[in-house]
Amino acid sequence: MMDTLTISTGETLLFIAIAVVMVVLSIFGLLITRRAVYSAGCMIVVMVCLAILYTMLEAPFMGVVQVAVYTGAILMMFLFVLMMIGVDSSDTTHETLNWQRPVAILGGIGFVVIAIGAVLGAHTPTALGMKEANTPTNPEAIAQSIFGNHVLTLELVGTLLVVAALGAMTLTHRERTRPKLTQPELVDAKMEAYATTGRHIGQKPPTGVYAESNSATNPALTAGGLEVEESVPRVLRARGQARHVGQFSPATADRIRRGEFNGQQPQVPRSGLPGMPGEAAPQYPSSSPQIDATPAQPELEEGESK
Amino acid sequence: MNLMYYVILALVLFTIGATAVLTRRNAIIALLGVELMLNSCNLVLVTFSRMWGNVEGQVFAFFVMVVAAAEVVVGLAIVVSIFRTHRSASLDGANQLKH
Repeated sequence: MMDTLTISTGETLLFIAIAVVMVVLSIFGLLITRRAVYSAGCMIVVMVCLAILYTMLEAPFMGVVQVAVYTGAILMMFLFVLMMIGVDSSDTTHETLNWQRPVAILGGIGFVVIAIGAVLGAHTPTALGMKEANTPTNPEAIAQSIFGNHVLTLELVGTLLVVAALGAMTLTHRERTRPKLTQPELVDAKMEAYATTGRHIGQKPPTGVYAESNSATNPALTAGGLEVEESVPRVLRARGQARHVGQFSPATADRIRRGEFNGQQPQVPRSGLPGMPGEAAPQYPSSSPQIDATPAQPELEEGESK
Repeated sequence: MNLMYYVILALVLFTIGATAVLTRRNAIIALLGVELMLNSCNLVLVTFSRMWGNVEGQVFAFFVMVVAAAEVVVGLAIVVSIFRTHRSASLDGANQLKH
């Protein structure tokens, strides 16, 4: 006769603690919270608790597989998809069917009461325990069973996994609707836009840096003291967050008002480079004749002629 | 303590998962509810495996896990492709087949 199972007090206490944690977390994560990230987090803890339960039930292989497959792979995939569709994606409070929620909750309570009643009233055999079945060890016994009695099931399940992977790839595949833009085509398009509409080819001017404030909402100043509107990023301008010089640097605004900038030529020596009238560029005595002082000039003319 | 308390815990978890599937509008949370239902079935299988002293229950719980992984892959792919066209993961938004 096989020996029967006795459950220790420690297992009972551990079961009570884990059962409370699992029920509380799954009710909070799946039924109460509106944020999908909290749901995924709660489910991760519930899955780890299930792994502990499997180990308590003398199924250590299942416990390890539970952690590796559920906590490690499936719930991480849930988190990936959550990040993809927006972490703050939350459930809507808007109900399309008013009666659905109370009916579902009532049905759930009714089901659990009836099922628990059935389980408590059922005749249960004397538990045997896994001592004999787990010979020599639990993973070896499971391997004997899978590769001995359930080979066809294993192959079917493997086919299912391959089909699922292919299905996921075809479901999320997207054809390219327009041809990929190569770098020369991009350059040509920019030059075309410059020739027809006069759109600036290069970078936009960066935001202004002042002694009082260094923020992306500060406009840069021209040499004549005018604010350059497009130096503030377009999004900030659309939100109405762009500021004027007087709002963060009254001293600079005062200087503009006194006419230190005001449309006149500023009091800085100028180099006389193309587009900048003034004296000619100073000639530095140089021993190396390879340095060409105006390398940018022919390229600029080429760009303007286009 | 009796092994049937494990079954009762599994029943409670199954009910919570089923209620989540029925009430929640967010596709991700509904899929998590399906996962909880599958896991509670696994718990019942492993419990009965211990009760009868037989590894068959654990073998079938293992196969259920594999099927759950395949189901989640396809389910999340559907959620992602619905999100691409509708810009939302709400289950109420996907009703084009109705018309």
